[in-house]
Amino acid sequence: MKRELLKFAAFTAFVLLMPLFFKGGYLMNVLVFVGINTMLAIALNLLLGYAGQISLGHAGFFGLGAYLSGVLTVNYDWNPWQAMPVAAVVVGCLACLIGFPILKLKGHYLAMATLGLGIIIYIVFNETIELTGGPSGLSGIPNLAVGEFTFDSDVKNYYLVWCFALAVVLFSINLANSRVGRALRAVHDSEVAARVVGVNARMLKIQIFVLSAMISSLAGSLYAHTMTFISPASFGFNFSVELLTMVVIGGLGSVYGSFLGAALLTLLPEFLRAANDYDIIIYGGLLVLMVMFMPGGLVRGFPDLFRKIFNRRGGSEHA
Amino acid sequence: MSLSLLSRGEMQFDQILQYVLSGLSTGAIYALIGIGFSIIYNATGIINFAQGEFVMLGGLLTLTCLEYLKLPIWAAIPCAVAVSTVAGLLFERLAIRPLRRPTPINLVIITIGGSILIRGLAMLFWGKDTHSIPSFSGDDPIAIGGATILPQHLWILGITVIIITANKFYFYHTISGKAMRACAYNRRAASLVGIDVRRMVLFSFMISSAMGAMAGIIVAPLTMTSYDVGVMLGLKGFCAAIIGGMSSGIATVIGGLLLGVLESLGAGLISSGYKDAIAFIMLLLILFIRPQGLFGKADSERV
Amino acid sequence: MLEISGITQIFGGVTALEDVSFRINRGEITGVIGPNGAGKTTLFNIITGIYTQTCGKILFEDKDVSRLQPERLARLAMVRTFQNIELFGGMTVHENVMVGMHTKSSSGLLACALKMPWSMSEERRIREASMKWLEFTGIADLADVMAGNLPFGKGRMLEIARALAVEPRIILMDEPAAGLNSQETLGLAQLIKQIRDLGITVVLVEHDMELVMDICDRIVVLNLGRKLAEGTPREIQDNPEVIAAYLGEDD
Repeated sequence: MKRELLKFAAFTAFVLLMPLFFKGGYLMNVLVFVGINTMLAIALNLLLGYAGQISLGHAGFFGLGAYLSGVLTVNYDWNPWQAMPVAAVVVGCLACLIGFPILKLKGHYLAMATLGLGIIIYIVFNETIELTGGPSGLSGIPNLAVGEFTFDSDVKNYYLVWCFALAVVLFSINLANSRVGRALRAVHDSEVAARVVGVNARMLKIQIFVLSAMISSLAGSLYAHTMTFISPASFGFNFSVELLTMVVIGGLGSVYGSFLGAALLTLLPEFLRAANDYDIIIYGGLLVLMVMFMPGGLVRGFPDLFRKIFNRRGGSEHA
Repeated sequence: MSLSLLSRGEMQFDQILQYVLSGLSTGAIYALIGIGFSIIYNATGIINFAQGEFVMLGGLLTLTCLEYLKLPIWAAIPCAVAVSTVAGLLFERLAIRPLRRPTPINLVIITIGGSILIRGLAMLFWGKDTHSIPSFSGDDPIAIGGATILPQHLWILGITVIIITANKFYFYHTISGKAMRACAYNRRAASLVGIDVRRMVLFSFMISSAMGAMAGIIVAPLTMTSYDVGVMLGLKGFCAAIIGGMSSGIATVIGGLLLGVLESLGAGLISSGYKDAIAFIMLLLILFIRPQGLFGKADSERV
Repeated sequence: MLEISGITQIFGGVTALEDVSFRINRGEITGVIGPNGAGKTTLFNIITGIYTQTCGKILFEDKDVSRLQPERLARLAMVRTFQNIELFGGMTVHENVMVGMHTKSSSGLLACALKMPWSMSEERRIREASMKWLEFTGIADLADVMAGNLPFGKGRMLEIARALAVEPRIILMDEPAAGLNSQETLGLAQLIKQIRDLGITVVLVEHDMELVMDICDRIVVLNLGRKLAEGTPREIQDNPEVIAAYLGEDD
């Protein structure tokens, strides 16, 4: 456990010191995104990597959090600090209701059902124009503020978002190494054996689904309040696939892996500015390559790769 | 007073007929795509997320044959179908066969990845614009009852019937078709009696991509085609397959037609914005309430 | 302790079990044997809640558990092991056994994630107690090995250790000697007797006749879905119908 704490402390220090290297500028904005995407990737990883349940509709929960926050604060003048938790609870309840029937499905069928759910949510965003502004989006979402201090710059938002993101990281690491985390992994490895020793697989899956949805909603609310403008395009099937790519690349079942995947996929397009349209090919290519050659993701793949190289070198020396 | 009520009633009926007819033709497309999904699923247990991309390839390849290669339409279509079939072959060989751990998660991810790649390459090749290909036999509307349909609608229904009949013939009256069905029921037993299961898997991909391409070609004159047209069509074809219980026969056809008609009626009578949602709501309802499809037998292994 | 009455199971057109009834006595080791296809594993799956029987009842300590799910049965202190060992391959040997203690612990999702003090002390307790079971089955030295990497014999021991962590009153083992060599089988026999000495009732489905005749107090014989005979090992060995059932197979 001590090792885990050390790793987390190092990670926190890394995150807190990051802005010093960038001193504001456009990249700060991107780093805020990295924080939000890290939360989303971890949320999906809890469901996919630990519990082994495929979801292709997570952008939907993200969007719901964003739009609930946005609509409540813009149309009904709510305080953002009230809108955020309320959004998360609403999304949690929805996930609970949907979770019961949807998690009876397995494998491809679950993937398709979550896909369908995500698309239905996306269509609702587009069509409820009076509330959400439809395809043109919702603007004027207020920043979060504490008293007189408003989070209105990229640097301030960076620290705000990463406070939440770090909390999610710690939360997930604690969970993974606990009784509940083991039960989850057990369900993933052999659901029948887990049930035989008393794990209520059904309720556990639903709990994780709800947790995952609520974290995504939180990320969505933060997104809304830091960007101040949201539109349905950010919450469609394409983004669900992006999230899936992040988790797969980072490594299913690895919390820091999710951060890696999120960071890579958020920063990469920035460095491939000229190739704006090519990003879609790169995601596809990355997914295919990762699954074929590094199914454990980067976090497990690179160490494995080193081991292979060094073993081979050692072998040839002895020959 | 009563006369105007009568004529309004007639208009309603005409409108509904119109929706139903156009819904049947879109439904036929969904049915073809859905059967493509079912063929691969039944032979391999894989849901090929990239199925919709072959639909897209069919339309766009025909465009290229017509405009750049200047082929006449009766040569362009087989050409496009052939290239799509090769694409299906390559997809199976490069993305599916080498997979070391074919768990559902890996298969979902790789077929999604593959579909994105194909879409991206299509975007590079054909750009982001929508294109259209000419109708097969002109655009003079035909009147049926109080509704009108286009000749292309008849082509769609006709070709769909031909493909489905050919399909039935292949699976039930040819050796290789029966071999493929054998793989669907029991892979190990099939390989023990000498069926090359891996070749059957390849064939299933090739047949599905050919069917998908054909579906894309016959609908392109009506709805235009572009690099991302495959996503929605593929998903809705999948919905049709689920409604039909993943059958590669009449059940999925009914599923597709039902879906097409409901969509059309919903768009016309309720709201056109939510049209796409209808397919997915049906998908969720079927998966929740009757996962074996409307016509399937309850199967304990299925979900 | 465990009363099976009138269990009938029909799959599609096939009657796998027909009106099977017998009693398991507390504190005994009972063997369920029979030629292949007799319905032994089906019966096990029904008792342990994985299948639901077409008709019949199962009473566990006078409580009707006929249609209960496996996770409920675990809480009632009934556990089973599988013929094809079902280990949690992605976790270590120690973690596998810790999962076995799921019903003996209660920290929920939030308590675990927030590292509440009571969940931390529970975690320590789980860790220590599960180690004892590893020692009991003789695999304590493999505690940090990934379960997926275990040789088969050790995997079998792990599955038993995990089942024991549930602190069951009855343990049902589906062909525990399958795949074990003769030395490992002797070790298994010893272990089963030690389990019985802890006061746990043991029911085994087995094919290894030596093992069964050696350690079982009572034996139930199934054939073609019906109960053929019931009695002590001696009685069963001498039962002409049983002999015919096994020898008759070769005709």
